[in-house]
This record gives sequence, structure tokens and C-alpha cells, in this order.
Amino acid sequence: MMTAALAESPLATPILEMRAISKTFPGVKALNDVNIALFPGEVTALIGENGAGKSTLVKILTGIYQSDEGEIHIDGKPVTFGNAQDAIDHGVTAIHQETVLFDELSVAENIFIGHAPKTSLGLVNWKGVNARALALLHSLESNIDPRTRLKDLSIAQRHLVAIARALSVDARIVIMDEPTAALSRKEVDDLFQIVKRLKAQGKAILFISHKFDEVYEIADNYAVFRDGKAVGSGVLAEISQNDIVRLMVGRSIEHAFPKVDIPLGETVLKVENYSHPTEFRDISFALRKGEILGIYGLVGAGRSEICQSLFGVTRPSGGRLELDGKEIQIRSPGDAIHAGIVYVPEERGRHGAVLQLPIYQNISLPSLGRTSRSGFLRAAEELALARKYAERFDLRAAALSVPVGTLSGGNQQKVVIGKWLATQPKILILDEPTKGIDIGSKAAVHAFISELAGEGLSIIMVSSELPEILGMSDRVLVMREGLSAGLFERADMSAETLVRAATGNA
Amino acid sequence: MIKQLFKFREMLLVVIIAVLLGVFSSRSPGFASPSNLSNIFNDTSILIILALGQMTVILTKSIDLSVAANVAFTGMAVAMLNAAHPGLPLALIVLIALGIGAILGAINGLFVWKLGIPSIVVTLGTLTIYRGMAFVLSGGGWVNAHQMTEPFLQTPRQLFLGLPVLGWTAIVIVAVIYIVMSRTFLGRAIYASGGNPTAAVYAGIDVGRTRFFAFVISGTLAGLCGYLWVSRYAVAYVDIAAGFELDSVAACVIGGISTLGGIGSVAGAVLGSLFLGVIKNALPVINISPFSQMAISGGVIIAAVIFNARQERRRGRIILRDRGASETIEGIA
Repeated sequence: MMTAALAESPLATPILEMRAISKTFPGVKALNDVNIALFPGEVTALIGENGAGKSTLVKILTGIYQSDEGEIHIDGKPVTFGNAQDAIDHGVTAIHQETVLFDELSVAENIFIGHAPKTSLGLVNWKGVNARALALLHSLESNIDPRTRLKDLSIAQRHLVAIARALSVDARIVIMDEPTAALSRKEVDDLFQIVKRLKAQGKAILFISHKFDEVYEIADNYAVFRDGKAVGSGVLAEISQNDIVRLMVGRSIEHAFPKVDIPLGETVLKVENYSHPTEFRDISFALRKGEILGIYGLVGAGRSEICQSLFGVTRPSGGRLELDGKEIQIRSPGDAIHAGIVYVPEERGRHGAVLQLPIYQNISLPSLGRTSRSGFLRAAEELALARKYAERFDLRAAALSVPVGTLSGGNQQKVVIGKWLATQPKILILDEPTKGIDIGSKAAVHAFISELAGEGLSIIMVSSELPEILGMSDRVLVMREGLSAGLFERADMSAETLVRAATGNA
Repeated sequence: MIKQLFKFREMLLVVIIAVLLGVFSSRSPGFASPSNLSNIFNDTSILIILALGQMTVILTKSIDLSVAANVAFTGMAVAMLNAAHPGLPLALIVLIALGIGAILGAINGLFVWKLGIPSIVVTLGTLTIYRGMAFVLSGGGWVNAHQMTEPFLQTPRQLFLGLPVLGWTAIVIVAVIYIVMSRTFLGRAIYASGGNPTAAVYAGIDVGRTRFFAFVISGTLAGLCGYLWVSRYAVAYVDIAAGFELDSVAACVIGGISTLGGIGSVAGAVLGSLFLGVIKNALPVINISPFSQMAISGGVIIAAVIFNARQERRRGRIILRDRGASETIEGIA
């Protein structure tokens, strides 16, 4: 086949080239002078840690963001993608990790929603819709009936519909953004069959995945991103997994992490064989007074889920908890707060604050059970509590009675952290404490975490950022696909060992 | 800023009501006389009490469409009780009304809390059921004034400092609900559960249970209104207060209580009710037919909703900025 010949030819001209692309967000250079080329009939794997700039690249390529500098060339000609439709018009299409489809509509409707063939009267040409859907599904060697309702399909079949939808716009460049994240091994195999067919049809594929085994199985080329830069690219067969890991994490960990060595006290919390029906299984660890326990893993490894379960948001299906040597049961966040365990969620804006309520009411909210008497609030104590923590965090606000929604993002974060510390917890669970914070403020957050540990708080810190995990943790629990992939002491931690454990790449 | 807006909004309502009173009294002298004002307030008392119950429910991001049916059933039940056992003391009858109302409210609340059914569906169902129960209870019959005892009918009409006991009842309820909303854990939980249910859960608040109690409050107040209604109009039949649930919602909306939950005040609900009360009392006085009266009420409600929506957008802008930031963050990740 001609396309196969193309694939093997190192001299093939790229369908798409991105040259010297840069993109800056306020405070962060998300992409810095990046080059990448995609070839017909080849799969290029885009590899990088969270925050390396992969998603930004995808968004520029699909027209959602516009680059500040650099050019995109298709078939050697420069193009500009002003919006998502431009990208589609040039044959670029993306299949996202979580595809948005409509359960109650038919397969064909899902594929052609928004661009259905029309009759001369401007009505939907249903015959055309169904016939073209059938043809598309056939080209993917699938025998799904286009008239089936989507909700009757398996997850793998839905994926196929998503792919058919992506291809229905006559795409030549297909971006797959972590397409396997929610799939079982069997479904991944099916997906890869489809990818191979797309290759055979001469399409260029950009495949984004964290999982090395999959990358090696399906990709021809690689491009590694780190901190917004392309740090290496080439033919996958010519590089070892170890070298890729090194490229990925290769930065020297030189940010000042003010981890202060604190003599660890007695064990405060003991978690034994903690399990959840779907999210995690057999997780055990112990937490000592003054300790910072890092939890590292890929997105979807079950890190936040175990923390939410410790906090009573979800119920575990098995295992036991011991707090200060006594077995406890946590059935609700109220129980957890009462026991001295608090959780600062990742989405602090959405989960952390009631934006309409004033600052002081937000700060006192989790402490009300303690400060109120037989159901009545005690205004003086409530205000005193709020004032204490507002001062401690140097909160900038006109008055404590203004709604949190009127504060800047940084000050909202202070309210959220303040309200948890106001409960005087023993154990503080921080989920991605520095996500979305610029480098300067990160150092301040890290210093503060160390300070809290110094005061005898035990801290569980979930983070996707290796330098943060390596810099701050006394020990690290690595999770992979809901299971413990190892508990590492500070002396045994290195970027490579943690990434290997997290990706299952021995 | 939002808080200021609301204070502004409540002031605005006060001003609008004052202007209306001025306009109406220029057309019909005596409209703004103290005795007529006390009349209007007395006339609006039942709506104020129901609107306060509705407010506690709406604040938790729910709605109670069954309040008027609750009024009808409870009213029928206590009227028949009074007719059958004239010897029962009024205090006991009022307690029974409160109890029946609370039970009907608790039924709504349990469906919402334990089965997670949307409140609009639950109360749409119980709206019909409670009125059907009133029919079954009475067999479609009426309880007329001559079957009711003197204290049952006359107590709410007793004047105290120039205002009937009915009006005083509303004032007491306003005070009680104000204290519940501003001074108790439950009140705070109601605001938090509606303002951001997820954050409320994370702060250790049982959002479902909070909604349940909001429905119990609403039901209890509706039960009280059941007695007040049959006593005021001196008759009980199946269709009393038909459609009145919408007046209670309208009073809340006009008073600036956000149907998305979490925003609103006791003052807003009271002023919203008074606004409707003034309009209802004034239009016949200046010779406007009941039909255009309904249209005018409807127009005012829509105007209030538009006003509300614009404020929501203001609030939305803050959230959007937030989203914009997290979008940026995700982009980097």
C-alpha cells in the first residue's frame, strides 16, 4: 500500500508542522519555542508530565487557543486557526479523554450533530445521515447500527462513535488526548486496531498518553515536552524507556523547597487495607505527627479518591482506620472534622467556598458545630475566629462581612485554607495545594506547609508535580490504577523511581 | 458588593411600595391612611407567612409547590375538628394545625432527602395528593361559619394596639424566622446548602437533612396558615388557596430571593409579599378589573425576574472569571 510505504519513508513530508510556537498565560510560559511535525500514516506520541504543555499544544492545534508566536503549516503552507471551526476546516480533529456524546440520541445523530447533511429544503437529510454514518462505521470496520441509541452501547463502542464523529469532518490529522484513560485492556486493544486502520488510511495521529507500554505499542515517533519546551523528539524505536523518563523529569530540582526537617512524633493515623468499590483497593499507610506524606500518581490513579474517602465524602467498602491508636469510623465530613481530619479540595473555588456568603461566615462554616450552643450561633466567637485566621493569612478585604465572591482568587484561597485551619485539625489533607499558582506563590505555600508540619500537624499532600512531591515529602505513597505502587522513604526517592512506579514501567 | 446590591434592592422595594401607595392615595384618598395600611398588612399576613416558608426552601435550591394544598388540607382538618369537637381549646387546635403542616412538609422533605427526587417533582405530586386528601376528608363538603366556634373565628380578628392578632402573628413569625436564619446553625446551613452544596458538604453540613428541615419549616408555616385562612374567610372547602403556592413563589422572587438558592433575606420575602398585597388591594380601589389585575401581577413578576437575572449575571461574572482562570490552569497542565 502506498500509505504504508510513506510511513516507512523517513523523507516523507509532514502533513502538519508547528514551528517555534510560544504561548504565555499570565505568569506562566506554557509553551516556549516548540516545534513538532506530524507525518501521514504515522503515530506521534506526545509525552510529558502534567504541566509540560501538552494540553496547551492540543488547544492551539484545535483552534481553541491562538499561539503568541510561531506558525502552523499544513502541507507546507502556513495556516492560521482563529477558532475551532478553522481547525476542522483544515482537517484537524481531536478525540478527547472524556468525549461528550448524547445518550438519548442515535449513533448517526451523535456523529453528525451540528453538521448533518441537509435536503434542498434545508431540513435534515436523514437518509444521508444514516448512510454516511454507516459508511464511516464500516471504514472503522465496525458493524454498529447507526440507528442504535447511544446509551445501549458499551464504552468501547461509544469510543468508536466518538472517533467516527471526529472523522466525519473529513479529518487528516487526528489528535487523541489520553484516549485510553478510562478503558480496560481489552478496550485499549480494540482502540489500537482502529488507530492502525487510521494509520493505514494515511492519517497523521498525535497520541497523548502517560502510559509507556501503550506508547511503545502504538507510536512510531515521540516528542517529549517538559516545562513548556520540546526537549526531545525522534523515532521511538531508537530510544529506551529509561531515556524517555530522563527526558521527562530531567530538570534539576532546584526550586527552593523549604522543607524543614522536623523530628517526627508518634503515629497519628493508621490506614489499613482501605478499599473502595471502584476507585482504590488495599491502601495502607501510617502518618506520624509532623510528617508530610506525599501521594503521587497519574491522574485517575485514585489519589484524590482515597483522600475524599478518609474525609467521609465517599464511603470505603473495606479496611480500617486508627486515630491516635483508637479505631474510628468516618461516615461523613462532619465525622472527619470532629475527629480532626480536614481536606482542602483541589478545586478550591468550586468546592471550597460559598461565594455568596461573607468572609467570616465562610471561615467559621466548618467550625460552627464547635462554636455554636444548642443550635444557636455565637456571633462574638464567630467573628473572633474569623478575625484570627484572616490576620494570620494577611487577608486583604474591605471588611470581613463582604462576600467571598468579591475577593481576588488568591484571597479566596486564603479564606479556604483559613476555614480549615480554624477547625484546629490534627491531620490536614491537601489536594494539589499549588495547582494553578505561579512559581513565586508556590514557594510561599510550601513554606507555610512546612510551618504547619513544624507546629505538629500531620499532612497528606496529593500532588502531580514531582518537584513538589520530592521536595516536600517525608515519605511518598505512589498509586497506580487504584493500587499502592510503593511507599518510598525520603532517602529512596528519586524522580525516576517515582515515575516508574506511577507508570508501571519497571 | 453583592450584599450592598441587596440592601439597595430592599431599599428599592421600600421606595417602590411607598411610591405605589402615594399614587394610589392620590387616586383614592384614604388609601394610605393608617387604618387602611393596617388593613392591607393584615390582609397580606398569610402571604407573608407562606412566603417565609417558601423562602427557606428556595434558599436551599429547592421549591415547595405544595404549600397551598397544605393550607387547604390543614384548614379543612382543623375546621372539621372544630365543628365536631367545639370543646377543644383553640391553643390545641393551633398546635394540631402546626403538627399536620409539619408532617406534610416532612413528607416532601423525606422524598427530597432520602430518595433524592427533585423538589419540583415531589411537591408537584404532593400538591395534588394533599388537595385530594382534603377532598377525601371532607367528602367535597364545606365547613361553614355557623359550624365553627366563636374563639376559632374571632381570635385572629381581636385588635391589639390597632392591629388584629392575625397581623401580629405574621410579625411574630417574621421575627422567629429572622432569628432562625441569622442566628442559628440551621439558618447558616440553609444558606450554605443553597449557595454551594459541594462546599457545604465539605464543610461537614448534611445538605439533604438541611433541605428536609427547610421543608418542615415551610410545611409547619403552611399548617398555621391553614387555620388562619379558614378562620379569616370563615369557611373551609377543598379549593381554598388554590394557586396560592405561586403567589408565595412570586413574593420571594420579587423580594430578591434567587431561585438558584443561597441568596435572599427575610426582609426581601416580607417586602415582596407586601408589594403583591398593595397591588392586590389597590387595583380594585382604582377600578381595575380583576383580570388586568392578574396580568399586572404577572408583569411585575417577570420584571422582578429580569432584574434578578441581571444580578445573577453580575454574580456569574465572578464565577466566569474563576472558570477562566481554571481553564487557563487546565491549559497549562
